[in-house]
Amino acid sequence: MITAEHLTRRYGTFTAVDDVSFTVEPGRVTGFLGPNGAGKSTVMRMLVGLSRPTAGVAHLFGRPYAALPNPGRRVGILLDAAAQHAGRTGREVLTLSALMTGVERARVDEVLAVVGLTDKEAARRVRNYSLGMRQRLGIANALLGDPEVLILDEPANGLDPAGIRWMRALLSGFAAKGGTVLLSSHLLSEIEKVADDLIVIGGGRIVAQGTQEELLAQAGDQGLEELFFDLTASTAREGVVA
Amino acid sequence: MSSVVMVPETGAASRAAQSGGVPFGRLLLTEWRKQIDTRAGRWLLITIGIVAAGLLTLMALTGGELRTYEFFIGTLAQPFALLLPVIGILAATAEWSQRTGLVTFVLEPRRVRVGVAKLVASLLTGAVAIVVGAALAAAVHLLVHLGDGAGDWSLSSGLPGGIALALVVAMVQGVAFGLVLQNTPAAIVVFFVLPRAFALVGMLVAAVKDVWPWIDLNSAMTPLFVGDPLGGTDWAHLGTAATIWVVLPLVLGLIRLNRSEIKSA
Ligand SMILES: Nc1ncnc2c1ncn2[C@@H]1O[C@H](COP(=O)(O)OP(=O)(O)OP(=O)(O)O)[C@@H](O)[C@H]1O
Ligand SMILES: [Mg+2]
Repeated sequence: MITAEHLTRRYGTFTAVDDVSFTVEPGRVTGFLGPNGAGKSTVMRMLVGLSRPTAGVAHLFGRPYAALPNPGRRVGILLDAAAQHAGRTGREVLTLSALMTGVERARVDEVLAVVGLTDKEAARRVRNYSLGMRQRLGIANALLGDPEVLILDEPANGLDPAGIRWMRALLSGFAAKGGTVLLSSHLLSEIEKVADDLIVIGGGRIVAQGTQEELLAQAGDQGLEELFFDLTASTAREGVVA
Repeated sequence: MSSVVMVPETGAASRAAQSGGVPFGRLLLTEWRKQIDTRAGRWLLITIGIVAAGLLTLMALTGGELRTYEFFIGTLAQPFALLLPVIGILAATAEWSQRTGLVTFVLEPRRVRVGVAKLVASLLTGAVAIVVGAALAAAVHLLVHLGDGAGDWSLSSGLPGGIALALVVAMVQGVAFGLVLQNTPAAIVVFFVLPRAFALVGMLVAAVKDVWPWIDLNSAMTPLFVGDPLGGTDWAHLGTAATIWVVLPLVLGLIRLNRSEIKSA
């Protein structure tokens, strides 16, 4: 459903994403894991045509994203929940997307209910939203076009524990109905409970990928978390503990 | 905020309804709505209205003998040429300054179509402003001559078309500068400062005297506000100056729109 082939993105001499290839299968939740600056957001931007790959190609439904007619009806995307017009109400943000994609207005109320934003909250300006509310609004926007594929960049960021639990249920339900889900995180704990497959990226390169069972087997006694630290250690930025 | 899990349907039913791409009319409607669905956008339009009403009132009180309909129309023309382009600048730059491009350009990846929709939506708002301005001018003209019956409704033959063209040129320029710079404050500053700095060069540098009428948009547009039909040379001046200051920036802006990386930070 989503395929990346040898995706590479360079900024000047710096290689942010280096020869990344993977497929994301329908009916499964795929977690995209990596430390800060690993290249997760850059890969996701290349998947949906917001960044041009220096080399390589990305396809959705077998075509480049930009070749999909009215892609909002097939792919739900959340790249940065904070990136909303501060002066618009939550409802207006969704109404604009509905207008553009040709979705009936009733669907706006539906997705607001799905993400648990009340009418009162939806009438508030995004400026006055908490991070978690913005995240929910962003997820509502991604669901609006009734898509087959979801691409979500750190959707759990800012959600409370109940919210994270809710999102897990939402995503597994979506995949159970045949949907394709790619979601990124820098926390294994956030996605290990929901992800069937894992793609681990560090320093712009894929350092591990497979089903969660496969990776668990590979990790053996040390456990997944230690394995990921080992795999991404050489690439993660090292803080100093005073 | 509830945490009830309602799993949305994944597709199928509405899939049949989705046909080709996003029709241009829908893009246009969306872009037009974006101009008025925030306080900032609405206040810009209200401010333009207040400025127009204020200027007309001032001129009604001080204009004396001059107060023909054409006089009132002329009162609004230049201020509109300065203010209406701000509508286009905001429309063009908001996707970056408000970071909404992350949503807009995944819903319509053919970004140039979005840029053109912004241009057309701005021009439509400009057209409404022109009609409202002309109506206000008519109302004020009617009012000041209620008692004396000395109203004069005649307009020079070239005036309505000239002013309309000037405003279109100015608004396209606003959108173009916005698309080139992708930043609201920068586009506003450059839009207002650059042509004036350029005019200064023209005054100070004798060497450019001969080419000046061909490259200075401000002086090339002046005949449009006068009302006399433009001669061949006037059109030629306007054509070259507008190519440099409007067409070229617009093309560059659309190219940049098409190529640039859309990022959140
Ligand atoms: N325009 C740019 N110029 C130079 N470097 C860039 C540019 N854009 C991104 N990078 C670099 O590319 C790398 C990957 O960034 P990216 O945002 O994809 O990381 P990420 O995995 O999403 O991190 P996080 O978990 O913090 O969101 C970073 O080192 C970043 O600094
Ligand atoms: Mg990121």
